[in-house]
Amino acid sequence: MELMPALLFLQSMLAATWRMATPIIYAAVGEVFTERSGVLNIGLEGIMLIGAFAGYSVAYETGSLVLGLLAALLSGLLSGLIFAIFTVSVKANQIVVGAAFNMIGMGLSAFLYRTIYSQSGKVLSLQPFRPLDLPVLSNIPFFGEVLFRHNIVVYGTLLLTLIASFVLYRTAFGLSLRSVGEHPKAADTTGINVPATRYVGVLIGTVLAALGGASLTLAYSDQFVEGIVTGRGFIALAVVVFGSWSPWGAFGASLLFGSFYALQLRLQAMPEVVIPYQFLQALPYLATLLVLISLTRRARAPRALGVPYP
Amino acid sequence: MDWVGFRARLGKQLRSVWTPLIAIPISLLIGAVILLLSGYDPIAAYQAMWQGAFKDRVAVTEVLVKATPLIFIGAGLAVAFRCSIWNIGAEGQFYVGAVLATVVGIYLGNLPGVILMPLVLVVGMAGGALWGMLAAYLKNRFGASEVVTTIMLNYIAVYITGYLVTGPMIETKGLFAQTPKISESAWLPRFLPPTRLHIGFILAIVFCIVLYILVFKTSVGFAIRAVGFNPDAARYASINVRSNILLAMAISGGAAGLGGAVEVAGISYRLYQLISPGYGFDGIAVSLLVGNNPLGVIFSGILFGALRSGAEVMQLSAKVPSVLVFAIQGLVILSVVATGAYRAVVREKEE
Amino acid sequence: MEDYLVRMENICKSFPGGVQANRNITLEVRPGEIHCLLGENGAGKTVLMSILYGLYKPDSGTIYFKGKKLDIHSTKDAIENRIGMVHQHFMLVPTLTVAENVVLGQYQPWKVLNDMDKVHQRIRTMSDEFGLDVDPSKVVQDLSVGEQQRVEILKALYHGADLLILDEPTAVLTPQESEHLLKFLRDLANRGLTIIFITHKLEEVMQVSDRVTVLRDGRVVGTVNTRDTNPRELARMMVGREVLMELKKAKTEPGKVIFSVRNLRVKDARGLEVVRGVSFEVREREVLGIAGVSGNGQTELALALAGLIESDFDEMRLDGQLITKRDLQRLNRLGMAHIPEDRQKMGLILPFSVAENFVLKTYRDEPFARRGFLQFDTIREYTRSQVSKFSIRVGDIEEEIAHLSGGNQQKVVVARELDRQPRFLLVNQPTRGIDIGATEFVRQQILVERDAGAAILLISADLEEIFALSDRILVMFEGRFMGEVPPDPALVEQVGLMMAGKTVQTSG
Repeated sequence: MELMPALLFLQSMLAATWRMATPIIYAAVGEVFTERSGVLNIGLEGIMLIGAFAGYSVAYETGSLVLGLLAALLSGLLSGLIFAIFTVSVKANQIVVGAAFNMIGMGLSAFLYRTIYSQSGKVLSLQPFRPLDLPVLSNIPFFGEVLFRHNIVVYGTLLLTLIASFVLYRTAFGLSLRSVGEHPKAADTTGINVPATRYVGVLIGTVLAALGGASLTLAYSDQFVEGIVTGRGFIALAVVVFGSWSPWGAFGASLLFGSFYALQLRLQAMPEVVIPYQFLQALPYLATLLVLISLTRRARAPRALGVPYP
Repeated sequence: MDWVGFRARLGKQLRSVWTPLIAIPISLLIGAVILLLSGYDPIAAYQAMWQGAFKDRVAVTEVLVKATPLIFIGAGLAVAFRCSIWNIGAEGQFYVGAVLATVVGIYLGNLPGVILMPLVLVVGMAGGALWGMLAAYLKNRFGASEVVTTIMLNYIAVYITGYLVTGPMIETKGLFAQTPKISESAWLPRFLPPTRLHIGFILAIVFCIVLYILVFKTSVGFAIRAVGFNPDAARYASINVRSNILLAMAISGGAAGLGGAVEVAGISYRLYQLISPGYGFDGIAVSLLVGNNPLGVIFSGILFGALRSGAEVMQLSAKVPSVLVFAIQGLVILSVVATGAYRAVVREKEE
Repeated sequence: MEDYLVRMENICKSFPGGVQANRNITLEVRPGEIHCLLGENGAGKTVLMSILYGLYKPDSGTIYFKGKKLDIHSTKDAIENRIGMVHQHFMLVPTLTVAENVVLGQYQPWKVLNDMDKVHQRIRTMSDEFGLDVDPSKVVQDLSVGEQQRVEILKALYHGADLLILDEPTAVLTPQESEHLLKFLRDLANRGLTIIFITHKLEEVMQVSDRVTVLRDGRVVGTVNTRDTNPRELARMMVGREVLMELKKAKTEPGKVIFSVRNLRVKDARGLEVVRGVSFEVREREVLGIAGVSGNGQTELALALAGLIESDFDEMRLDGQLITKRDLQRLNRLGMAHIPEDRQKMGLILPFSVAENFVLKTYRDEPFARRGFLQFDTIREYTRSQVSKFSIRVGDIEEEIAHLSGGNQQKVVVARELDRQPRFLLVNQPTRGIDIGATEFVRQQILVERDAGAAILLISADLEEIFALSDRILVMFEGRFMGEVPPDPALVEQVGLMMAGKTVQTSG
């Protein structure tokens, strides 16, 4: 294979990798906090869908992308509050509640979209976040395209992971959060409010998941499509495990999955490739399976994960 | 016969009926609020839904037709959930069953009906069972969470179906994305023409009874429940936890696969891309609503069948997107959870 | 008000389910004294101190501290008032370091942890000052049980304590470590600290306390000066009877070897060897007791013998038959019974009914199942007969067994295991956490089984129990047997030394 086309392929694939990983990074880093506090939220998919819709509709109606993000954030807060009430206060089975949230999210987002938009006949796309054309850096050959021509939401993932890592490992709150997920009784006896800490853990997760969903409608594409999240919420769960419940681990693992999405898209666009497009579409999900298999017993999950307290 | 014990147990069963009876109105109420806030008339919407489901014999049979796959899936999930295996993959298992049933129904179509019909169903069941056992195997061997693996297998199953239906198995190249019809000798008889009600519905009820007996009246069911409650104690009692996990997923996947085969052999007679509009997820609500009881699933299956059936009519006449039903199902689950918790608190205060 | 440091007045506390843990308790502790809270399991001692430490709120009653009425709403209040507590089950987060555990919960959430080296320094200083030998940078799960307890103590002292409460601290220590701890507490008291010490061991009370309050069934029986009383009187106050219990132990002649194993090796979850090549035999009509502080491999030994974890051995025989590693999983079916250490986690399935728990191991066989179908009438009849035979307090046998008391739950386990007339019985901590009536019952049953011809392996951290029931005693320390002694009470000290790792010449 010739060098130039190969490099171009690699360049466009790597550039797409970070972009495609972005929603997963938001959701996964958020879920790291949730799981580290001892709560398992499998309802990320539904929460991301609500966030995607909320972000889209507010941005579309007001013309302001920032207001859209804010709306998504608020939807994440609301979702998280309800989720936390059920899982932390009512102490219901977390898997069941998560499954319910997925259904509600899928149903509600599609319902609202169809009600408000699909019959309107208007142009439904909005002006998404533009790539920041960083002055000198974006002109560097190869790396310029891969690293320095993204929009602010994508760059936000880097800032997010930095902050998340700092908060989790270098603040008293992070220490409390981690202890609540490992040994809630011990944390309780030192005066830490275990339920409150778990509420915060859940809320961080749902807010970030909602923002991740909004990143799909406001940055990655320019409108809402039913089911736009297509399983990324579930992949985020595997990413948390693969990343050993650490923010940077989640960042890296998300990039890995982003590369699968990117690869799949590039291959679909290439007429020489005769693999049926459905198999390419299945690539990220197959990859998730393989990743989960290869993990065996690596890092340990937070000891109190999924177990209500007291 | 131990009458005292029997009455106590009957009382316990009847009391557990309260939960769904309270949960359903609550979720419908919240649904009404959503409708109201979205600019619809909830009364008109629900009226349309009721009409759609029950207005005449055809409508009622349509409810039962829609309930059939839900009952199969729900019964299987009841078994898996009782083993504490969170099978979110019933959708994929349904698809696999449908695919294999279609393959057999088309390519072995020359076999006499008395062999072909059961074969189609058995193969569908086996396919779903294997698809489910795959996730169980990954859990046993690698500790992979079945929640994530079954969901991934869902997507893979759907994509495989999509490929087959638009590619090698397509009826007429370049036209609709569907397979040719399966051989007529495999079609499940419809016993109430001109309605679409077919013996698959009867089969579903029988299946539920069988699973109920299995779970509560046999040693096998005892082991499955023991593993679901306390795998450590089960191991201590020389119960093989891994085998039971495989068995629970085989039953659960098989049930969903059988549901898929029945759907193909009884209703659609062919395979197309959206052979299941989310039955696998409905099934979760179906089972949870009745506390994971294979017999109760018959009733909740019919209820959710009514919801789906009515929702289609609601969309046509009241112009309410039927997709709201999906959200209502999620609300049902939350209402069940909330009601259950509330009643537990009340019971504790009594003691 | 007189010269007391803390006065708990008319404290009442009950829990849902009707358990009245504290009934109108009044307790006064003087500054600088070591005050023991004595009582058996379930007397209400831990609950009372948990109230003082802010873990529970009393239903009624008042607390006076340093002369003022004090409302303690949370452990933060307690800590702020310089009350510290060392719990029976350590409240340490295993994946965090010692230093992180010490500062846990002490800072405002937004505080950045950039001065941990100062914390490390202060911990080291305190460790040296009090002779605690604690390394702030070590991760808690890598520490031994004794070290973890010292961390708990240092944690309390670090936050400043004028009152230190300890809940059964010697339960997890060897006799030598306990000695060391008691001396340490005496030191602390001499420095002006006030100490409340919860225990059920009479010797400790006599050895270290100034005054002792005895609790029974949630009520105060009395408070006495230690030097004015004696163990017998305290025992009487504790149980209301002169002597704790009389066990009928017949003299038997052990018969042939029923169970033997050579060179048993077991690794723990992290791959470290915790059972390091032990060999022993148990004969019929004999109780072989394995003494030792919890955590020296006993749990793994029991689990390995029951086939629940992986192990390696040169040879194992049950009733003459050679046992392979695969057979271990079916030892159940080969005539071995097992009363496990943790009845709630392993021995029973709490959401199952009493009847279902009775057939937990036999549900597959005749007469409880025929051709795969459960025979409910037979199961119910069997359960009812067992319940009356063993006097188990049950309301409805179809009821969830979770509703039974700990003692009755253990009776179910014991009844179930013994009814199989096992050749070989493995018993692990049979009387942990149950009331005195059930304790006596269980111990008597073990002896009955022994007389009937079973070979019994008894593992217990309760030395009194070991001495009362065993015909031979092996002492386990760090995965090995340190020696064997006969159950002669005069040898308790020797056993204690072996439990701490000192090999002693075994007598005859």
